[in-house]
Amino acid sequence: MLNSVPSQDNLVSVRNLSFSRGNKKIFDDISLDFQRGKITAIMGPSGTGKTTLLKLIGGQLFPDQGVIHVDGQNVHKLRRTDLYNLRKRLGMLFQSGALLTDMTVYDNVAFPLREHTHLPESMIRTLVLMKLQAVGLRGARNLMPNELSGGMARRVALARAIALDPMMILYDEPFTGQDPISMGVLVHLIKSLNNILGLTSIIVSHDVHDTSAIADYIYVLSEGRIVGQGTPEEIQRSDSEWVQQFMTGAADGPVHFHYPAKDYVDDLMSTGNRY
Amino acid sequence: MSQFIQDLGKSTRTSFTKLGRSTYFLLQTVSGILSVLLRPRLLLNQMYSVGVLSFLIITISGLFVGMVLGLQGYYTLSDFGAEETLGVMVAASLVRELGPVVSALLFAGRAGSALTAEIGLMKATEQLSGMEMMAVDPVKRIITPRFLAGLISMPLLAGLFSAVGIIGGQVIGSGLLGVDEGAYWSQMQASIDFQDDIINGVIKSVVFGFVTSWIALFEGYDAIPTSEGVSRATTRTVVNSAFSILGLDFILTALMFGDH
Repeated sequence: MLNSVPSQDNLVSVRNLSFSRGNKKIFDDISLDFQRGKITAIMGPSGTGKTTLLKLIGGQLFPDQGVIHVDGQNVHKLRRTDLYNLRKRLGMLFQSGALLTDMTVYDNVAFPLREHTHLPESMIRTLVLMKLQAVGLRGARNLMPNELSGGMARRVALARAIALDPMMILYDEPFTGQDPISMGVLVHLIKSLNNILGLTSIIVSHDVHDTSAIADYIYVLSEGRIVGQGTPEEIQRSDSEWVQQFMTGAADGPVHFHYPAKDYVDDLMSTGNRY
Repeated sequence: MSQFIQDLGKSTRTSFTKLGRSTYFLLQTVSGILSVLLRPRLLLNQMYSVGVLSFLIITISGLFVGMVLGLQGYYTLSDFGAEETLGVMVAASLVRELGPVVSALLFAGRAGSALTAEIGLMKATEQLSGMEMMAVDPVKRIITPRFLAGLISMPLLAGLFSAVGIIGGQVIGSGLLGVDEGAYWSQMQASIDFQDDIINGVIKSVVFGFVTSWIALFEGYDAIPTSEGVSRATTRTVVNSAFSILGLDFILTALMFGDH
């Protein structure tokens, strides 16, 4: 099913990707496709390198093996200026928001516009207010990032990510640490931005419930491999034990509750050293 | 024994890779200077936080150092009946040595540590990586303006330090101890050479500004992005800057004043 020629329907295609950090293999020969105009989710337990995947797609990290095409361009073969031009068309929402702490909300959203365009300030003002209106924070424009709640910071970051009208947004754990209301707001925003602006979205998350509610396609990763993929319904019905454990959140299963250790009784009975 | 050799090899390799990273970092920083000069606003903001905010500590320290020089100099010189040359002694020590060196040490403690902590925290909170994803080069946008600001501020602060110190020495010397005020200034004017003393002092402080800003910014940029990593990086900035300043001061002094 996965051929080596990137298809036109896919905005991003990842082929035979391997990546390791130190001795730890983060990805082992995985291939994924991200369709234009769709929301694709990458799910898996913490520490499976989901954020790493986004950084690989954005060209911040280099793979050990494999190629990543974004809009037909091989990300890791691009010259620096071309890579930067590609990044101008990508928005990335960091888990922490990554707002510049020495600037107001307004200046943060204006930042990419001021850096990359020569628009007059009056035009920038209009654009910034439009983007802030879209995330419902036009009234918060004069606040500093440390005065924002976590959910608000993420919405400001989202407004900044769409400031240059990108073709794709990468979301890094957008739902982590959100209260139910801001969670609902974010879910709604991601879905509506994707549909109204015709974006392509990639969501990295371990939040099963809310992510499956808006995703069109889901990849489930574990220990560097794809253990399940399909539409949310297909994933729900998956017969893989691992996927079932992940989706239902069972404490024990293919993923063990206990970190590998020697036998419990032996460990208790052994005397001598502290460890 | 073999363990020792292994460790030695390992630490040598680590320090050389770090040297390589820091050199590459410096080249990247310097390559952004032109684009910063086209956006003077960025530079001015940093000149404020790096330079202007160091004003108070530099002025007060300069005053005290000058006053101590006035006292000590007077006691020694008066033994030889040469207290008229107090001005020369105070000015020469300040302009040649204490001005550039002490102000650079203070600068490393005040501005350098702040720069490292700021950059390190920007890294820890993903602000630098966020900028990269917005297609903005964090080195050019964040590092270069700060580097340039440090480079420009350091000689100015050193000059301020020396000037205030000379006044401090005069206040003690002629105000308290009774050295003739006219002699204080005229002897100084006659003996202090513009090229030999003042320009050499300025060269020193430019070198110190360069090294201190480089160390501070690199340590921040290279910091392990955790609270512990940033705190260690800040310590390294102050320690390494102090060593570099004192070591370079010796080398520069030997080169500049060696043939006298």
